Amino acid sequence: MTGGVADKSIRVSVPSDPAYLGIVRALVECVARLAGFAEPEVSHVVVALDEACTNIIRHQYEGRRDERIDIEALLDLEAGRVQFVLRDYGPVRDPKHFRGRDLADVRPGGLGLHIIRKVMDEVEYSAAPGGGMLLKLCKRACRQTGQEG
Amino acid sequence: MQTDRAGGLAIADGKPGLKIDIQPTDQATVVRLAGDVDLNVSSQLRARLKELVREQRPRIVVDMAGVPYVDSSGVATLVECLQGVSRYGGKLCLAALTTRTRSVFEISRLDTVFSIARTVEEALQA
Repeated sequence: MTGGVADKSIRVSVPSDPAYLGIVRALVECVARLAGFAEPEVSHVVVALDEACTNIIRHQYEGRRDERIDIEALLDLEAGRVQFVLRDYGPVRDPKHFRGRDLADVRPGGLGLHIIRKVMDEVEYSAAPGGGMLLKLCKRACRQTGQEG
Repeated sequence: MQTDRAGGLAIADGKPGLKIDIQPTDQATVVRLAGDVDLNVSSQLRARLKELVREQRPRIVVDMAGVPYVDSSGVATLVECLQGVSRYGGKLCLAALTTRTRSVFEISRLDTVFSIARTVEEALQA
């Protein structure tokens, strides 16, 4: 993403209220389709972003519904690549401590981060300037061969 | 209660949410869901399923044909129910998962942990 003409960006802020997750999913689905993704990748990207927001609500805001989640989507239409940057205003945490659970250990909870890492090509947590965390998620669409020409 | 669809959200009595309809049959207790199962409503589902576990219903079939989306909190709720049912020797079967919903179970590798039927009828006959 270098800011060329092929890059498009969308920015939205949503309350940290689970009632708004459906809106996030609808937006992400539209963005993924616009970026050239097809099923099942669209569904996978939707679930990854939903889980990322759910983790922010649960862990960064400890269930508080009146905080803010900023979502920026950057589309590289030529490359068929999409990047999402999620920013929260919770505590700064060491990403080394973010671990999904062992899937062989079947129990409720701990699946969100596993799903995010399984689905997205790049997952990068960092401290946000001024506090809170940034989560960068990238995914490139699988292009079917034989479409050109 | 009237339900309608609006952008993946179930609308019950004018409010978005999850509709849970529990019907005891001769073969099993069928839990029919309508709406997305996410962090917003998973506690609602957990409470209803806990009731069934407390009553030690021998066979529970969760009809998910009306669930366009389930997140990890919804999956966790079903895992909790499965573990509760297993403790008293009961059975839990998920039926009629949509492609999108099934993919969440596959990514989580839980598609092999749950008994999953293509239809409710298949689940009742199993």
